[in-house]
Parts: sequence; structure tokens; C-alpha cells
Amino acid sequence: MSPFPAHLLSMDDLDAEDIAEVLRVADSFVEVGRRANPKVPTLRGRTVATLFFEDSTRTRMSFETAAKRMSADVLSFAAGSSSVKKGESLRDTIETIEAIGIDSVIIRHGSSGVPAQVARWVDHCSVINAGDGWHQHPTQALLDLYTVRQAFGGGDVGLARFEGLQVVIVGDIRHSRVARSQITAYAALGAQVTLVAPATLLPPSLEGWPVVTVTHDLDKVLPKADVVSLLRVQAERGSGEFVPTLREYTAGYGLTVRRAAALHPDAVILHPGPIVRGVEIASEVAELPAALITEQVSNGVAIRMAVLFLLLGQVPVGGAHRV
Amino acid sequence: MSDSTDGLPATVLIRGGTVVDRDGERRADVLIESGRVAAVDGDLTAPRGATVLEAGGCVVAPGLVDLHTHLRQPGREESETVESGARAASLGGFTAVVAMPNTEPALDSAEAVRHVLQLGAGVSAEVAVAAAITVGRAGERLAPMAELAGLGVRLFTDDGAGVQSAGLMRRAFEYATDLGVILAQHCEDSSLAAAGAMHEGAWSSRLGIPGMPSAAEEVMVARDIALARTTGGRIHFLHLSTAGSVELVGRAKREGLAVTAEAAPHHFSLTDGCVAGYDPLFKVNPPLRPADDVAAVKAGLADGTIDAIATDHAPHAPELKDLPFDQAPPGMLGLETALALAITELDLPLATVLGLLSWQPAAIAGLDPASGGEHGGPVAAGSAANLCVIDPTATWTVDLSRLASRSRNSPYGGRTLTGQVRHTLFRGEPVVVDGEARR
Repeated sequence: MSPFPAHLLSMDDLDAEDIAEVLRVADSFVEVGRRANPKVPTLRGRTVATLFFEDSTRTRMSFETAAKRMSADVLSFAAGSSSVKKGESLRDTIETIEAIGIDSVIIRHGSSGVPAQVARWVDHCSVINAGDGWHQHPTQALLDLYTVRQAFGGGDVGLARFEGLQVVIVGDIRHSRVARSQITAYAALGAQVTLVAPATLLPPSLEGWPVVTVTHDLDKVLPKADVVSLLRVQAERGSGEFVPTLREYTAGYGLTVRRAAALHPDAVILHPGPIVRGVEIASEVAELPAALITEQVSNGVAIRMAVLFLLLGQVPVGGAHRV
Repeated sequence: MSDSTDGLPATVLIRGGTVVDRDGERRADVLIESGRVAAVDGDLTAPRGATVLEAGGCVVAPGLVDLHTHLRQPGREESETVESGARAASLGGFTAVVAMPNTEPALDSAEAVRHVLQLGAGVSAEVAVAAAITVGRAGERLAPMAELAGLGVRLFTDDGAGVQSAGLMRRAFEYATDLGVILAQHCEDSSLAAAGAMHEGAWSSRLGIPGMPSAAEEVMVARDIALARTTGGRIHFLHLSTAGSVELVGRAKREGLAVTAEAAPHHFSLTDGCVAGYDPLFKVNPPLRPADDVAAVKAGLADGTIDAIATDHAPHAPELKDLPFDQAPPGMLGLETALALAITELDLPLATVLGLLSWQPAAIAGLDPASGGEHGGPVAAGSAANLCVIDPTATWTVDLSRLASRSRNSPYGGRTLTGQVRHTLFRGEPVVVDGEARR
């Protein structure tokens, strides 16, 4: 098996074997999470920094909880209150953070590619992409895979179910880092990915994408779907340029009660959150047992523990590749 | 080097080279006296005290002329000055550059134009000024074009942006007609380009970078061709980058419209796939395009649809190229690598390459002898000694630390290229000797 990559920047960094490894490792951390004292000493002495240039509650809390459950020290840089606000460049900020002696920087930025740039500037720190622009959000895709695998039997049984699994991703794919990560992730495990969106919310080109079907007809694809993955509609996308109104969007692409009834009994519904009830998903549908939105959130902590473990935990404190 | 007593450069003999100019190719030595070519002949004897420049195996050509240089002065002197830009030009074989008006403030007034002309008076290449079409390059009202034409401005452009209003552009065409000047357009419809930071296509979709479609360029090329037809005006298209644009310009030329065009070296040597690593060194506007567009630009240069290679030399301080890709300013250095990239990347006879880099742009800029200028002319007795001596087969590796530009934002660092500038003479003075700048 090839070594786990030094950074997690994109789902493209992981092959099927790497993904399976993350899911396996996450199993043990899910177990840790169920304990009365859900804490292990795995990353004691390690320091992890979250560097979020974009507001996020759930992803940041999820990463920080993951790191703390592994006994890492966690530093939290909020771009709004740090020297970034005083005009410090991104590169200087990163070099400062590395000079402090941080082992991993978890970065979210509104611009695509920032984690890749940061990875070029650091010498020994592991970079984890917690969402960059429209580009990638790999831990979200991994926790989705984990949640689906769990729903379909867990372990190797659940993993085997991805081969030929019908995955339907609905919504604003053009502007979605989640979709870009999901598509690569599902396809890596052999799933058949269908995209459903109006043309304005699809990427300008799908050349080279591992996508089987692209359609604007949600009703047609729902009965065959094993997984329906919804994307949040960002309110500004519904202001008239990309879709005329949110009402018209919901009519064509919302998972309404009527549409949810067309799903087969084993199908599951995923959403990266935060959900906008009544737009991409009806409130009643979000409460169905098939909707695994809460499971996604709790699995997110275990997945992020697994990623931190695979990036940092196997290297002795002080860093094997540190000079 | 010994200067003569009246301040004019010493007598120089360029020995052993092959002269290539608009009139063809011949083996000849070139004698220069008092800033002008005194003799061109098979074997000349160096007069006493003459500086001898060896040109064995080299081509002696009219100096190159860049239609599109950002010298950044006034306003961005940390990234380039007229002096440092001129030095970079000399090292690249250029004896004249056209300075673009998107400085801070913009070159939209007599005062601003005079300032840059004065800065250019003492440097190692001729600095012509392109002035803005509209006040502040804001696209709202015409700049005082007649007054600026009176100062010698030949080219007007809002480069960095296109004039968005078709109505205002039409008036600019009409007004320019009486002045004997040329409008030059950076073709980019801002509503289509929107916040695009690279070419819109397969790569932008994968990378999640907002894209600019080819249509953003092409609709403005098409619009300005229609306006040239309507007004009978002249238009020069800056940095054409798409197959569709080349096609439109070719059709306009066949129709007999007064249309010229240039292409930048990066648009025939790099593709949008270079952006895959999110390195802002590859961010440029118009953006790097896919291979089909690159092929069309090359074909346009080969068949004459595109008249000139222009560098779009765009220096930026290093910290600006460390910004996130979508926030970094577009542009890359060009003066010191343009000739070598043309020789390396284009499968064209050297005389064709030199036409694209010297006498054709000189004519567009009004810097050729026919327009009263001193550049791009034949290497013949009596003409101004603005010359470059090129070793067309020498290979060299681009070393960013050795560039004369104040900036380092070239994507070609480490690239090995063919074709090297040996000497450059500006008004008879050897400003580059054996690849080294003399001032």
C-alpha cells in the first residue's frame, strides 16, 4: 500500500485504498465517541491549528472536537481577529504559524486553491483542506461515504455496496466544493453518479468528470436512486441570475414530500448542512429516518479524527520528516 | 567604451553577422557612426578607435518593437520603472516599447503623458506612450485625444479593461479618425468575464476557479469590427487569445477593414492546464487558453492574420503573486523572454519572427521610418542605428534572479529556450553587449 499523502488537499489525493483506510480507522474512533470519556492520547504533544478565513461553525467545531478527543493542543486562528486583519499576507501568516511549531494546519478559505498554495509554503506541517472556494471539501465527502457505508451495513459489507450504487447529487454543483469532492469520492469506490441541476448551476464543463448522467429531471432519476445528496442553495444564487426565484428552484429541484415518496425504501438522503428547510428539502423530509443529516454530523468528528491520525498519528512526536 | 567628443556614441562595427530585415537576408558587416548606419557591406574594416561587436553566427536585425509594455511608472515603482523596464527591453532585443496607460494615475492627460515621455528620454530604449481612450480608463468620457495626439501619442487604449459602452467606443472611433491615431482594444466584455480569474472550461470547472469564457473576448472583437466598418476607423486588437477572435480578425482583414492584431508569447506557449497548481504566476488577462486556441494563435501568426507579437510585459511585486489565485493581479513578465519564446515555440522562419517583433509592430505604433520614426527600418546606410544582434541557435536557461526587471513574475524560470540576444544598439550606442546591459 502506498503511504498516506502528506497533506489532504483534495479527494484526488486519495485512491480507493486510502479511502477504505480512512473509513476503517474512523470505525475505531466512532467507538471512542461512544465511551463515557471519549478521549484518547493518540495526538498528545501535537499541536493543530484551525485557520478559517470564512465563517463556519460546524466544520470548525467538528475539527476542533476531533483534535481534542485525540488530546492534541488546538489553536484557533480567526482571520477576522488576527494579524491578517492588520494586512499581514497569507504567506507570512502561514510562515508564522509554522514557526510557532504547529503540526497540522486546517484551513478554510473562500478562494479555491489556497490549501495547495499553503502546502507549497510549509516545510513540515500537514495541511488539511477544510473547504476552499468552489474547489474541494474532502472531509465532507469522506464523512458522507462513511455515513452511506454505515447505512448499508457498515464495515466491508457496506464498503462493497458502493460498487454500482446509484448516487444522485442535486443542486448548485457549479459553486459547490462539496459536490466536487463527493463526485470524486463516490466514483473512486465504484458508484454511479448522476447530477441534477439547471444548466446555470452546473459547471461550465464536465470534461473528465466521473459522472454517468446529467439531467434536469429529478423526478425521473429518484426512483432508481440509492443515495440522494442535496446541496444547500445559497440564497444569493436564487436572486435572478442563476435561478429566477427560490420558489421555482424548489418546484424543479426541491426534495418535497411528494418526491420523497418516490424513493425506494432503502434509499438514504444526505445533506452537508446547514439545511434550508422548504427550499432544497421539505421540513418533513428532513425528519424522515432515511435522512441521515444528524448521523453525518456525528460521523464527521470520527472521520476528522481518522484523517488527523493518518496524517499525524503515525509519525513520532517531533516529526519523522522534520530535520 | 569611448564616446566621441560631441556626446554621440563612438563608431561601432558589427562584424561577421547576417543582416535580416524587411528586404531580406545578406551576409554583411554593419558600420555605425554618430548614431546612424554608415555602411552595410560584405567585409568592412573597423575604423581606428571603433568598438567592434562580434556577430559571427548571428543575425543583425532592426531592433524589436513592443506594442504592449507595462512600465508601472507612475504609481507602481516597486514593481517596475521606466528605467528598469527599458533595461529589460534592451536585454530582450527591443529598441522601442509602447508604454501602456494603466498607471496610477492613468495616462489620460497631457501632464501624465509628458511625465512618462520625460522619464523615457534618458533610458536605453525609446519609450512611446499609449494614452487612455477614456478619462481614468473609467469608460465614461473621452480623454483629450487631440491634445494627447499633439504630444506624439499614436495609440489609444484603456488596456486592462475594454471600453464597455459600444456607443462611447463608436464616438472614440469617429473622433480618432481626424487625428491620425489608432485605437487599441483589450477585448473583454465585463458582464461575461464577471469575476473570472482563468479561462472558462474543463480546467476552471475542475479547479473551482471562476472562469472567463472565450465569448467575453470574442463579442468585443466582433463589436469593434462592426464599429470599424460603421465608422471607417482603425482598430488594433491587443493580445488576441482565442481561435474565435483570430477567425473574426481574419475575416475582417479579407473584407478590407483597417484592422490589426497582436498576440502575446504566453498565448502561444502556455495553456490553461498550467493553472492546475493554483500558482498565480500563470494568472494573466486574457487568460491562458486550451491547446486549440494556442494552435489558432500560432496559425494566425504564421498566416499573417496576427500582425505582431507583443509582450504584455506586466510586472508585479512578489507579495501580489502570493495572494490567493482569484485575488492575485493578472500579468507576467515578457520583455526578456519574448524573442526566445517566439524562436522556440513558433515553427517560423527567423525573418517572419523578426517581422512580427520588429517592422510590423513598428508600423502599427507609428515608429517606423514611413511614419517618421526610427525603428523597424531596413538595416541600410542612413537609417537610425536601432539594431539587435541575435544568436538564433544559442540555448539558455531563464534565471529569474538575473532578470533586469524589478519584478520576478515570469512563469518561465528554469525553462531552456533557443535564441539569445547578443547585442542591442539604441541610436548607435551598444546598450547590451554580449548579453550584458551596459546601463
